[in-house]
Amino acid sequence: MTANGRGPAPWRRRDEKDIGGCAISGILSEEGRRFNGKAILESIATMRERSNGLGGGFAAYGIYPEQADRFALHLMFDRPAARDAVERVLPEYVRVPHEETIPTRPVRGISSPPLLHRYFVEVRTEILGEDEREEDAIVRLVMHINSAMEGAYVFSSGRNMGIFKGVGYPEEIGRFFRLDEYEGYLWLAHGRFPTNTPGWWGGAHPFGLLDWAVVHNGEISSYGVNRRYLENFGYRCTLRTDTEVIAYLFDLLLRKQRLPLQDACRVLAPPFWSQIERLPPAERQRLRTLRIVYGGALLNGPFSVLVGHGGGMIGLNDRTKLRPMSFARKDATVYVASEEAAIRRVCPSPDEVGLARGGVPVLGPRPREVSLA
Amino acid sequence: MRKWLVQPDFVVERDPERCVQCQVCVRQCANDVHSYDAEDGAVLSDSARCVGCHRCATLCPTGAISIRQSELEFRCNSNWTPGLIRNLYRQAEGGGVLLSGMGSDRPLKVYWDHLLLNASQVTNPSIDPLREPMELATFIGRKPDRVAYARTDRGAELQTVLEPQLELPFPILFSAMSYGSISLNAALALARAAHETGTLGNSGEGGMHRDVRPYAGNMIVQVASGRFGVDVEYLNRAAAIEIKIGQGAKPGIGGHLPGEKVDAAVSETRMIPEGTDALSPAPHHDIYSIEDLRQLVFAIKEATRYGKPVGVKIAAVHNVAAIASGCVRAGADYVAIDGFRGGTGAAPTVIRDHVGIPIEFALAAADARLREEGIRNRASLIAAGSFRSSADVVKAVALGADAVYVATAALVAMGCHLCQRCYTGKCNWGIATQDPYLTRRLNPEVATRRLVNLLRSWAFEIKEMLGGMGINAIESLRGNREHLRAVDLTEAELEVLGVKAAGVGA
Repeated sequence: MTANGRGPAPWRRRDEKDIGGCAISGILSEEGRRFNGKAILESIATMRERSNGLGGGFAAYGIYPEQADRFALHLMFDRPAARDAVERVLPEYVRVPHEETIPTRPVRGISSPPLLHRYFVEVRTEILGEDEREEDAIVRLVMHINSAMEGAYVFSSGRNMGIFKGVGYPEEIGRFFRLDEYEGYLWLAHGRFPTNTPGWWGGAHPFGLLDWAVVHNGEISSYGVNRRYLENFGYRCTLRTDTEVIAYLFDLLLRKQRLPLQDACRVLAPPFWSQIERLPPAERQRLRTLRIVYGGALLNGPFSVLVGHGGGMIGLNDRTKLRPMSFARKDATVYVASEEAAIRRVCPSPDEVGLARGGVPVLGPRPREVSLA
Repeated sequence: MRKWLVQPDFVVERDPERCVQCQVCVRQCANDVHSYDAEDGAVLSDSARCVGCHRCATLCPTGAISIRQSELEFRCNSNWTPGLIRNLYRQAEGGGVLLSGMGSDRPLKVYWDHLLLNASQVTNPSIDPLREPMELATFIGRKPDRVAYARTDRGAELQTVLEPQLELPFPILFSAMSYGSISLNAALALARAAHETGTLGNSGEGGMHRDVRPYAGNMIVQVASGRFGVDVEYLNRAAAIEIKIGQGAKPGIGGHLPGEKVDAAVSETRMIPEGTDALSPAPHHDIYSIEDLRQLVFAIKEATRYGKPVGVKIAAVHNVAAIASGCVRAGADYVAIDGFRGGTGAAPTVIRDHVGIPIEFALAAADARLREEGIRNRASLIAAGSFRSSADVVKAVALGADAVYVATAALVAMGCHLCQRCYTGKCNWGIATQDPYLTRRLNPEVATRRLVNLLRSWAFEIKEMLGGMGINAIESLRGNREHLRAVDLTEAELEVLGVKAAGVGA
């Protein structure tokens, strides 16, 4: 059960649901300008009070320009045999033109990391089913490894982006993964304050699927509904974290069902019926339909969430605004964080600064010319 | 033959110090328990006739009457219980099928009482429903898996038009009770209360009396095996149509309204000759298979121009999940499942007490099955079969019900004392009778107000419980078994219910 007799090893999966408070921060260059991870590290470190050293992580977009067309799979293994098992499965789905150990450096406070490895892969088109896209095959592969393969866990699976996370304070995790050596146009960060588990490496945020990365502060009271709703569409929630559910919901609504971004946000944090009734008829009809069809996707309970994707960043609060979220803009750079202090630390005089309203998304789009499509 | 072995269930006691011989009790009891001896100037009581409905005790102006369980006890025997022994005496003396009214009173486990609800502490704020919005709006009907858009110059325009939905202010409807089994005043009160609160009543299988028609927009009408009172106007008048396959109190059994009860009004409403027995066959004789059900569902949809939801009501039997799935695939917009404890106006006691399964299991299994098959959105689930309090309702929604049907609780709100003698037609409370001397005891205005009060108080309580969980919309509880924990249940029971034991964390 334990490697050292002092409780479960920190990289082992836990069966309990993740509950806790957190710090989140995000920085996006709308021009697609790439910058290194120092700013996001500094921003998240400002909110050390909001974490307790049991989890931290980052998502960085635009960091693998030489491998931009390949899916970058980041995996953690609890033993070499698990890696061997995964490497026997990978060729069934993908070709692996390039792979390497994820570079790290020793950092005080970071102990017993799992084996960390990344694979830059291309989907074998001959395995695609009818109407299936490459992304669907990657989702199948990720679901397979994460639900069926003991000791192995895919924690990042997008193109030209990567997630880096583990047990520790976020600034320690950032140094451990040498994020100062990467350059990206969008960075997300998370510091965890779990209340019920010692934390395991895979349970830290961000949680990702394809190029979705989610960092999240809060507790989703509707978790049981959302998880079972997603099962209708073939998603298997293996992690028992709210964050996983949020990522899958964004994937379902935006990638699979192609809802406009604004409508997807209104599905997840809809206006109250009393507000809907006061809208003009066409708009009322639209929102009524969305609420009736997507009741199982409503995220209830307190949350502030930052979602990264190839097209930019989305900040969303629960509809009654029970968790903090500030945003700011300076020239073409958008900042979103749990606290304004974490923004001002790296951007002392923003052009614009404010509090996100409940249920109203803060969007940071990215110009089309640097789009990955 | 003299009925000399069946001893009275109750002892009626009269306090001579208090009794003023006013004879209210004599006039109130349709079972003739009380009588007046003019010679002696005394009111007498025959305990043997008492059904324990408390009508006399409730109306006695001096509080002179008390009613106790009979203290005549058999020698203790866990196998041959007093109820079984008495039933044997009755059958030996009467030679027939024993009847009962209301749901089964057997002391089986009530699973609602083994389920406990969650609440927020620290990591998640609870919500005060008096200060913050709290949404119970419920939509019954088929939902698509996704919406569709047309991409235009003005942006994405929503193209999806929903199939007909029943919009309810809270997840509670009145369950089916036919005019015939209950009085017109009771039927009227249910319809008016549904109309006033915005929820729905259910005609049952007895057609719709013309006095109820003004409230038809708040009524579901039933099409049952007897097809009583069914014509195209009946279907089109209603908010929705329900094909009744079975009833929890008597799965697999038809119905029988004796000719004596088919007076002019019942005859007109049911569209059968006055004085004839109204027999509902056990099966629909045009539904011997699932594909036959599909034909009837679509015949009704054609008759109502696809403008109303068409549901199917089934009894909770062993294979209920697969049957519910079949109903959904046959085109049902909702499936109502009536559990083992569901009520009835009359059922053979042996059927009522031994056939079917509890609604808790049936609901959990059906919800899980529809999700596994990816068709949960295609139909709503309505649970029925003894919802005694708002807590039962919340637990049912957490297990997966879109809404619940209540009937017994509504009857109790109108004055029913659960004496279980509905089939005698002698309901002293004016509810389950057609005797004009008795039916006028139920004032429809007063009964309507009592029903409205019941629904409103349950809605308030549901909001309090939701707020405690940190949830402000009922859809976030629907099927959310994370908010349930079980006490004193076996592993097998936990597995079917999909609920964790109390003490197990998230």
